[in-house]
Amino acid sequence: MSERVFLKGNEAIARAALAAGMRCYFGYPITPQNDIPELLSAELPKAGGEFVQAESEVAAANMLLGAAACGVRAMTTSSSPGISLMQEAISYMAGSELPGVIVNMNRGGPGLGDIGPSQGDYYQATRGGGHGDYRTLVLAPGTVQEAYDLTMLAFDLAFHYRNPVMVLGDAILGQMKEPVTPHTPARTADPEAASWCLQGAVGRPGRIIKSLFLEDGALAGQNTRLAAKYQAMEAEVRAEQFLVEDAELVVVAYGSIGRIAKSTVRKLRNAGHKVGLVRPITLFPFPSAMLRALADQGKRFLTLEHNLGQMVDDVRLAIRTVADSAFHGHLPGNLPTPNDFEAPILTALGADH
Amino acid sequence: MQEIRVTNYPEVLVDRPTHYCPGCQHGIAHRLVAEALTDLGVVDKTIAVSSIGCSVFLYNYLNLDTVEAPHGRAPAVATGVKRARPDAVVFTYQGDGDLASIGMAEIMHCANRGERVTVIFVNNTVYGMTGGQMAPTTLVGQKTTTCPGGRCLEREGAPIRMSEIIASLGGTAYCERVAVNTVKNVLGAKKAIRKAFQYQLDGKGFSFVEVLSTCPTNWRMTPVAANERVASEMIPYFPLGTFKDIAATEGA
Ligand SMILES: Cc1ncc(C[n+]2csc(CCOP(=O)(O)OP(=O)(O)O)c2C)c(N)n1
Ligand code: SF4
Repeated sequence: MSERVFLKGNEAIARAALAAGMRCYFGYPITPQNDIPELLSAELPKAGGEFVQAESEVAAANMLLGAAACGVRAMTTSSSPGISLMQEAISYMAGSELPGVIVNMNRGGPGLGDIGPSQGDYYQATRGGGHGDYRTLVLAPGTVQEAYDLTMLAFDLAFHYRNPVMVLGDAILGQMKEPVTPHTPARTADPEAASWCLQGAVGRPGRIIKSLFLEDGALAGQNTRLAAKYQAMEAEVRAEQFLVEDAELVVVAYGSIGRIAKSTVRKLRNAGHKVGLVRPITLFPFPSAMLRALADQGKRFLTLEHNLGQMVDDVRLAIRTVADSAFHGHLPGNLPTPNDFEAPILTALGADH
Repeated sequence: MQEIRVTNYPEVLVDRPTHYCPGCQHGIAHRLVAEALTDLGVVDKTIAVSSIGCSVFLYNYLNLDTVEAPHGRAPAVATGVKRARPDAVVFTYQGDGDLASIGMAEIMHCANRGERVTVIFVNNTVYGMTGGQMAPTTLVGQKTTTCPGGRCLEREGAPIRMSEIIASLGGTAYCERVAVNTVKNVLGAKKAIRKAFQYQLDGKGFSFVEVLSTCPTNWRMTPVAANERVASEMIPYFPLGTFKDIAATEGA
């Protein structure tokens, strides 16, 4: 069971979903995540599940909504342009309080962009993405093992909070091959869903799953319930801290970029520079309290992203009134290496280079 | 005065006034669905997928497990429901704006995959809920709030005949167009809806019933005149009948 296997990030996500008891998968082809539907089209039916290649991402996400209403573990995966098309259903799922897992292997944008890695969808992922006042839980793996583990966790969290959960990777993570230790999670189904899901109204009144709240005050009530739920999600905050204790400068970076930045931080440490790293693993909820505590200790900040600057807003919000964050954006379309981050970090440190 | 009930209606139909306008035929279609599910004894294994339009409140009138789909997406939602619960009887109930315009891709592919679901398609040639704008089914010359001069063939194209299109798709097992403007037609509609659900139960494939319906409010007509328009204008362009029945073909 604990045998290590070499997997691409995309394969790890597909395998984790199978191990987590996923019953239905819906998707539409798009690079750089096609390994996921390709693998699942063969393996999910063998496991007794349903694989549907949908006519579009609009349809795939609405199929996810339908399966979720039945209380089964279901997932869809895509990349940026496809995720834009899914926003309608994600908003309805949030409003109807339905659990589902959505994976975005972020590629370059806007528009058709390119098929290379990017973190351009941070805002879309963490601000709800569709219309209305809602949030999705967002998990951002930095390694293939973490892609495996967080995909499993995503199912548990989706059902615990009855909310869509997004796994936000990128083209680097999807294609990178690493050793993974597969495992079987404690939970592979959600019997509690029997209290709310649709099964046919046997010996009880019909249940209605909806996001329309027209009666006076009803929508305000629903929004208040949702707000309380988003607040409760704070319990799920996760982040990796690396050498921050005595650091003067804290680098903040997530996902693949967080992992690349870690190599840079290690190298600069060896050269005697007092730099550390915080890698947010949940992007919503955001590890604001952790960053704020570090700011209170007088540390300085540099946010590194693979975009023009999005997460830096959340870093600045977290530490506002005591500190600020510098920013360095690596442009999409090219793959960053640890060396690319050396100069920006040294500049932020005020070191000669 | 003592109230005497002269008709019985199935228990699944909720005894409450509807929000439908006088003369609107959505209520008749609801009742026919309720009767079919009751006759077949499948009420407690049915999952309804409601759509966006005047019938969004379907769940207030049919006491069924129901999920509300975004505008036009009911066939995709129904696909997810049926794949998750293959033993359930699953149906969508959609208007013509919902199904034949914004939801065209979803209905075509749901039918073509042969999803074991039933679609009740209520065609009243306008967007009822939003105030009577032009629908893909609006007849040429028909005035609406967004074609005040009447639908123009050159500018807006011809009204779409959905049953004919759905019948052409491989996954469709049964496809019929009905009306509820006369007692005879209501009986025909009832038979068709029942048959559509029976085909689903038999696992034959996708089943589709188009119900020609009135919208007196947005047609700016009395209920009586609206009902007459079904025969005088709608049926000539949208002929009633069976457009596909695989059992009939198989038996031949
Ligand atoms: C994405 C989206 N676009 C537009 C609307 C507004 N809208 C609500 S109902 C409707 C049309 C309903 O017409 P139809 O499907 O013909 O049903 P009817 O009301 O006539 O029964 C529209 C356009 C919406 N709810 N969502
Ligand atoms: S607007 Fe038209 S479709 Fe809607 S309830 Fe009134 S008559 Fe019926």
